[in-house]
Order: sequence, then structure tokens, then C-alpha cells
Amino acid sequence: MKRYVLSRLAQAVGVLFAAFTVTFAVLYLLPSDPVALQLGAAGIETDKLTDTQLEAAKAQYGLDRPVAEQYLSTLGGFVSGDLGTSIAKQQPVAGLIGDRLGPTISLSLAAGALSLLVGTGLAYLASYVRWRPARLVLSRLPSLGASFPQFFIGLVAIQLFAFQLGWLPATGSRGPESLLLPAVTISVLTSSLLAQVLMRSFDETLSQPYVVTARAKGLSRAAVQWRHGFRNAILPAMTILGLLVGLTVTSAIVVETVFARNGVGKLAQESVLSQDVPVVLAIVTLAAAIFVLVNLVVDLLYPLLDPRIVQLPRKVAVR
Amino acid sequence: MTSGLDRAVDAALLTDDGPVGRRARWRSVLRTLAVRPGFVAALLLVLFVVAAAFAPTLFASHDPYATAPVDRMMSPGTGGHLFGTDELGRDIWSRVVHGAALTIKATLIALGIAVVAGLTLGVLSGFFGGIVDALLMRFVDVMLAIPSLLLALAIVTALGFGTVPVAIAVGIGIVPGFARTTRAEVLRVKTLPYVEAARAGGASWPRVLVRHVLPNSWGPVAVLAVLDTGVAIIAIASLSFLGFGAAPPSAEWGTLISAGRGYLVSAPWVPLLPGLFVAAVVLSLNHISKTFQELER
Repeated sequence: MKRYVLSRLAQAVGVLFAAFTVTFAVLYLLPSDPVALQLGAAGIETDKLTDTQLEAAKAQYGLDRPVAEQYLSTLGGFVSGDLGTSIAKQQPVAGLIGDRLGPTISLSLAAGALSLLVGTGLAYLASYVRWRPARLVLSRLPSLGASFPQFFIGLVAIQLFAFQLGWLPATGSRGPESLLLPAVTISVLTSSLLAQVLMRSFDETLSQPYVVTARAKGLSRAAVQWRHGFRNAILPAMTILGLLVGLTVTSAIVVETVFARNGVGKLAQESVLSQDVPVVLAIVTLAAAIFVLVNLVVDLLYPLLDPRIVQLPRKVAVR
Repeated sequence: MTSGLDRAVDAALLTDDGPVGRRARWRSVLRTLAVRPGFVAALLLVLFVVAAAFAPTLFASHDPYATAPVDRMMSPGTGGHLFGTDELGRDIWSRVVHGAALTIKATLIALGIAVVAGLTLGVLSGFFGGIVDALLMRFVDVMLAIPSLLLALAIVTALGFGTVPVAIAVGIGIVPGFARTTRAEVLRVKTLPYVEAARAGGASWPRVLVRHVLPNSWGPVAVLAVLDTGVAIIAIASLSFLGFGAAPPSAEWGTLISAGRGYLVSAPWVPLLPGLFVAAVVLSLNHISKTFQELER
């Protein structure tokens, strides 16, 4: 067990490091002129500068150093918690992100809770209901939900619930009522994906021999589904938890832009628009860290919920 | 691998190919389609979009860029404007139809990158195994650890804005899925008797790869390509909605919806009808790929 935990931990750190490296490479090696790109964010037009001015500007932002050196110093900074300085806003990136973390965290948590509730409920109902038309509708809903672009769902929600009915505020990030529409918008996609996986899992679980046994010994259909079906069907769905959290975080970019919420997602959109490289690097790395962390937690929890998992690698090792 | 449609065609082909045989073949294809009206509708919409991309003037009589201040903000259906007009009096339906070309172009670039890179990575990884496989799959794992929209944002930051950078960014974001699917298929096909037979018959590994493994392993990749067309269209529209795509007067779908956002109160059709059209196209693509998957089973 200890070896399992340690190997998963090492794997997570390795993946995160590699994700940082790939993002750094994209941002610093892909542009035809990285210096002009970064100085452009600060409002400096490189072609209008004399050579000495250009050198001074490069030195000011640390762009005169070789890329490898910039990479190492940025990596060192990230490890020690210094995320660099925004070129467009001339502020520490950590502070910029920290100021805007609140609305995004509450949005992600609300959307996550809503998706779990709706996704699980939908799959549970779809496998329990016997009436064919209802079953058909329920089983088709997830693929419908996954087909709508999020910005479209958001715009329709604003138009319907804010402008037509006037129930909820259209934009802003103040108070719990401003949280509802964005959270619902995100959860349409995430709960659809969760429901799709869960429905398949329910189908497989409910055709297992132990379900037949439970029915044969006289348990009602409802009891079998709850006690034997649900608990076994929910396990495979845990593996997509990391994916769902990742989706919730990236959805925040589009949804916060639609609802004008002042969170990290909106910061990401603004930073890309102003081509503020350090902020983009920090946000992408942060999102990858969240994704890796959730997957690590799932990996560590899984053997507790399903003891068969830890047995597997040992068998392979023996062979 | 053979879909129900193919099977129907094959069965008809086995009969005499005279006029009667041909009619029977068509009848069996039609019968397969008739029980799936949703599939037919979806296919028609997708074909319409493709046709609109190549010959927009066939479907839209108005100039998508011609402003007509007198006719501004007309509601849908009035004055010969199917989707109404926007704040400058431009016909929204024409703008959607003309925007199809940009979207199709971006989607093709994205899918091209994903299929070529994904097939290459997957085939190399599945076929050679060992160290090559381990290295390539770790690389794919890392790409999967960066949420694809964020990777796309990083790429767009580096490449600049416009339809092509957005398409490249979206394409790279969906490479991992293609690589994994291809690898799994190649691993499956590699162990089949006919590959062994081909090797025993003296065929070289490259020949086996190109003649036997590739043609038999790209079926699921094709299904994934259809499914990911919808994903790519959403991602491209989302990125241009965020302001990274083609700049405003251009009629790209995401840009169109983003530019119309300001009129959500006074003229909701300006952003919503183009949005509904994009949703319908994605829904159709997802339905088509789902039908293919069901037929394959």
C-alpha cells in the first residue's frame, strides 16, 4: 500500500512538471518572435525602438537571458510559490490570481455539486424507470446536453431567467443568486457526461449475477438498485471525476466571460487577449495542478473503495 | 466493422447487378434510412452546411457584409430576412451561411492535425511497443493532464489570433484522444491471424503496417473523427466567442454570436439564432456518430 501511494505521488509530480514544461515550450518556443510578443503585452512596439532601447526593455523583463535560463528561473519561482510578474498589468501574478480565486472556487464547487446531483439522479432514474417513452427520453437527455455550446446555454439562460422572467441577476459575482445561472450553465455539460458514464455502468452492473441473486432471494427492485446496483455502478464513474473537475475549471473561462463574473476564468480570457504570457503560463499550470491533484485523490481513494485494485499491480510484478 | 448500411449495400451487391438488382439495393438502403428519420435530418443539415461552405450564394440572397441602416434590428421572418437583421441591418441568415466556410475550413484544419498526428503517434506506439510506446504514451498522458481548452489558450497566445491559429490550437488539443484510440486498435489488430499470415507469407513489416494493420484499425478512428467534429466546432466557436478568432466584421460563427451579445435585451435573435444554428449542427454530428456506433455493434 505504501509503495502504491508513493508511486502515485511521484507520478503526479512528474506529470505536473511535464505539463509545466510543455506549456512553457508552447509559450516561449512557438512564437516567431517571443520578445516582441511579450513586450507587445506591455504596450511596447519593438520595431519603433532603437537597439539600445530594445536591449533595455528586454533586460527590464528578463527577456535578454537565454530561454533555458528563463525556464529554470521560472520553474524555480513556481516551486517556491513565485508565479512571476504580469507584463500587461505590472503586478505579481500570484496576487492577480489570488484576488480572483474566490468567485471561481465558489462557482466550481456549486457547479460540481449540481452536476453530481443531476448526473447521478438522471442515470439512476433512467435505469430504474420501466416505462419505455420515459426511459428513452431520459437516456437521450445527456447526449442532448453535451451538444450545446456553453456560451449559447449561458446566453439563453440570461435571456430567459434574467431578462424575460427577471428572477435572477444577469451578470456580476455578488451574492448566491448570481451564482445560480453560471453554475447551471456549467453543469449542463458536466452532468451530461457523468450521466452517460453512469448509465453505461448501471447497465453493466444490473446484469451481473449478484443482482439476479438479490432479486431471487426476494429483494424489491428498488432495494436491489439502491443496495447492490448503485454502490457498484458508482465506482467506474470515479475515474472521470478528474476529467469533470478539469471541465468545470475550463468551463469557467467561457461562462465567466458570458456572465461577466470577475474570476480566474475571466482573467485567463483577458490575459490571452493582451497576450500576457506569464499570467497564461501560471493559469494553465494551476489548472493542470488541480486536474493532477483530483486524479491523485481518486487514485488513492479507489483502493479503499475497491480493494481489488491494489492486488493487480502486485500480480503483474510477480509474473 | 461493417455498418448496417454497408451490410445492406453489400447484400444488394451480391445479387445480380441488373436494373432490378440496383433498384433492390437502393430500396434496402432507403429502408435502413426510413427507420431513422432523425439520422436523415441530421445528415441533411450537415450536408447543407458543407454545401453552404462551398457555394454560400446558393442559399443566401443577401450580401453578408452589406449594411442597410434603414433595415436595422428587424425581427426574424420580416422583410425577407429569415433570421432577422443585426444592428447595422445586415441579414443574419446570410452571415450564418457565409460563416459556414470559415467554420468548415477551421474544422478541417483541426481534424486534419488531430487525425494525422493521432494516427502517427498511435500507430508508432502500438506497432513498435516497448520504449517507443512507453515514451509516446507518457507524452500523451501529459497532454491529457492539461485541459484541452487551456492548452488551446496557450497556443493561441503564442500564435496570435485568427481562424487558423484557433484551428491549430483546437486540433492539437484533440490529438491525445486519436493517439489512444489508434494505439488500442493497432494493438488489437496486430495479434489477429491475418497479420501473422501476412508475415509468414514474407511481407515486410512496413507492408504489413500499411496494407493490413492500418486499413483494419482506422474504423473507430473514423467514428471518433465524426464525434470530434462536433467537439471541434464547439471549441472553435468558443475560442472565437472569447475573442481569439477572426476579427468582428468577419462572419465566423463564434465571432457573430459574441458580437451580438450586446443586443441580448433589445434584439435577442441577433446572438441566439446563430447560436441555435451552431447547436443544431453539433447535435446532428453527434447523432450521426452515435448512429454509426450503434450500427457497428
